[in-house]
Amino acid sequence: MGIGLEPGTQSSTREELRAEGDDLPVTVIEPRSGWQIIDFRELWRARELLMFLIWRDIKIRYKQTAIGAAWAILQPLAMVAGLTFALGRIAGEANAAVPYWLFVLTGMLPWLLFTGSVTQAAMSVVNNQQLVTKVYFPRLLLPLSAVGLAVIDFLVGCVVLAIGLPIAGVTPTAQILLAPLAMAVLLATALGLGLGLSALTVRYRDFRVILPLVIQLGMFLTPGIFLQSAKFGPLGEAILLANPVQGAVVNFRAAVLGLPPDWLALAIAAAEATVLLVVGAAYFRRVEKGFADVI
Amino acid sequence: MTTAIRIHGLSKRYRLGSSVRAPHHTLAETVSYALRSAFRRRESTASAESDFWALSDVSFDVTPGEVVGIVGRNGAGKSTLLKVLSRIVEPTAGRIEVRGRMGSLLEVGTGFHPELSGRENIFLNGSILGMSRREIERKFDEIVAFSEVERFLDTPVKRYSSGMYVRLAFAVAAHLEPEILIVDEVLAVGDAQFQRKCLGKMRDVAGHGRTVLFVSHNMTAVKALCTRCVCLAGGKVIADADPDTAIRRHLADLTDASAATQDLRGHPRRKPGSDAIMTDVTLTDESGTATSLLRMGQGLGVRIAFDGGGRNLRPVLGIVVKDQYGAALFGNNNRVVPGFHYENISAGVITCSVPRVPLMPGGYMLDLYFGNDADDVDIIYDAIGFEVVADDVYGSGKIPPAACGPIWVPATWSLENAGVGDAPSHG
Repeated sequence: MGIGLEPGTQSSTREELRAEGDDLPVTVIEPRSGWQIIDFRELWRARELLMFLIWRDIKIRYKQTAIGAAWAILQPLAMVAGLTFALGRIAGEANAAVPYWLFVLTGMLPWLLFTGSVTQAAMSVVNNQQLVTKVYFPRLLLPLSAVGLAVIDFLVGCVVLAIGLPIAGVTPTAQILLAPLAMAVLLATALGLGLGLSALTVRYRDFRVILPLVIQLGMFLTPGIFLQSAKFGPLGEAILLANPVQGAVVNFRAAVLGLPPDWLALAIAAAEATVLLVVGAAYFRRVEKGFADVI
Repeated sequence: MTTAIRIHGLSKRYRLGSSVRAPHHTLAETVSYALRSAFRRRESTASAESDFWALSDVSFDVTPGEVVGIVGRNGAGKSTLLKVLSRIVEPTAGRIEVRGRMGSLLEVGTGFHPELSGRENIFLNGSILGMSRREIERKFDEIVAFSEVERFLDTPVKRYSSGMYVRLAFAVAAHLEPEILIVDEVLAVGDAQFQRKCLGKMRDVAGHGRTVLFVSHNMTAVKALCTRCVCLAGGKVIADADPDTAIRRHLADLTDASAATQDLRGHPRRKPGSDAIMTDVTLTDESGTATSLLRMGQGLGVRIAFDGGGRNLRPVLGIVVKDQYGAALFGNNNRVVPGFHYENISAGVITCSVPRVPLMPGGYMLDLYFGNDADDVDIIYDAIGFEVVADDVYGSGKIPPAACGPIWVPATWSLENAGVGDAPSHG
């Protein structure tokens, strides 16, 4: 069936190819069904692309803006200023150890990391429709890059925190080493939700509408951002314990300010985060093969 | 014998009318969609008649170094095959084994971002296409030189002309150097000189023992580049042979009358917001026989049936003939034509007759504009395609040379003041 290439000229090329042919990776394309495990090797090979996607989003966000990356600092500052103005008098009194604005800042930074990760990850596949329908790459990179972008915003916000701590006269203790753990729990929660939501949004654009609403309500369900949990009573405490974001936020603050950590809340949050991450990733992997057909 | 690509029993099914097709952008749409879909999805899963097999039981092997053309009329399954091969969509059944890195160029500028500069897009696009950062850095100068946009490297590509954009995009893609290159014809855009450069690059790739799959409506390019050609029709392989044989089979498929009629009611390329007034289009030759294959210099008839659903129209029809790269070649409409003036018409068939189609051999597409007096009410892009084949238009036993643009204008020639030479003439 093959049509003859000129035998004389091509044979040497053929030989070379056959000689190196054994090194060439063989890709098998066939229908997969059911649950897929995550191909970490493939993800690792695509790490550069992940970096490029994050880099692209940073570049694009600040193109044609007057103050550029300063927005990453202004956003948490504005939230902190607003909350301090609204609640400083009421909520601040009981918490004399640190100024209320610092209390809110240490809650707001992880909260913005969480909301940034979830909302951007949820839209990541739909927003990259043009890529998804035109070229293959591990689809997981899209929500991952969205989370990566939020992490960079968070790190910029931490600069504000690093300036704020000495101003408030707070010196971090060795307990600050707990902060990355709390953030890991938070990120796992956000990524798990983001993965699930990004896959759902491909099929049901409803989530585009629902998500901002839920995120806004979520702030009231995570009062640890701006209130001391001691004020909620036993029932309220129990309810808040079930919120992994609350657990992560409270422990991030404890780590940074040297307050006693809430180990129980952190353990529960970690368990929930693990479940969310596994379920989110599994669902994403299950439906990603249909993205280009459905999107 | 090693194979570069082994395709076995490949099938791909699409569910038509599936509730998830249409995009939803507004809250109202979203909510009403959510309400409806709760019921609709249960229905559509069961109905087999809404299944559409874009590919059914496709099998063929490609040996390393082959340049295989893939031809077929629109909807034959070419794009689906490419999408499955490049792992964008998953097959419903069957298996493909691909040996080596595969680069697919389904559309130029995939992942290009308008806000980013040319330089930034080279890196982003290269990475998306599968190049490593070091690879891109190594080839950067070559890519820039090939694209001819040196002076604008730090300008956002949204300020590029479309030609510059395409050149840069192709330049990145052309330097991918995969073992297997999948090329869609959209690559061959740009001016003639750049097209030659692109084709040269493809020959280069093939010359280095790499495998190329080339999808095109341009039979001249297929003949020139390919060592073998696969023709698809209705999702099946109907020919797998040398380019000449496969192209003949393809042209025979095009002459099939069913290709000459297109239902327009659910046309995917209808401009959003149009009233679906045009119901179907039929192409004919000058004798009125339905066909989508014309010989050079033949007449073309475009018959459009329309139904305004009770509206009283002053029907105006415009057609635009475009080449396979989407460039408009010529158009006509009856608004300015004397003698075509009808009022209070609600339905009918309008025929546009072009007495002599001034086109060179190749594939062409038609855009249709249906107007009510001066308002465009129904616009369909790429409504239907047709093919022009070479013919002995001068009756000289010779075929006019290709490669001097898509338009053919007949001319007569004369010689005056001829000085006859002294040398005895031959024969």
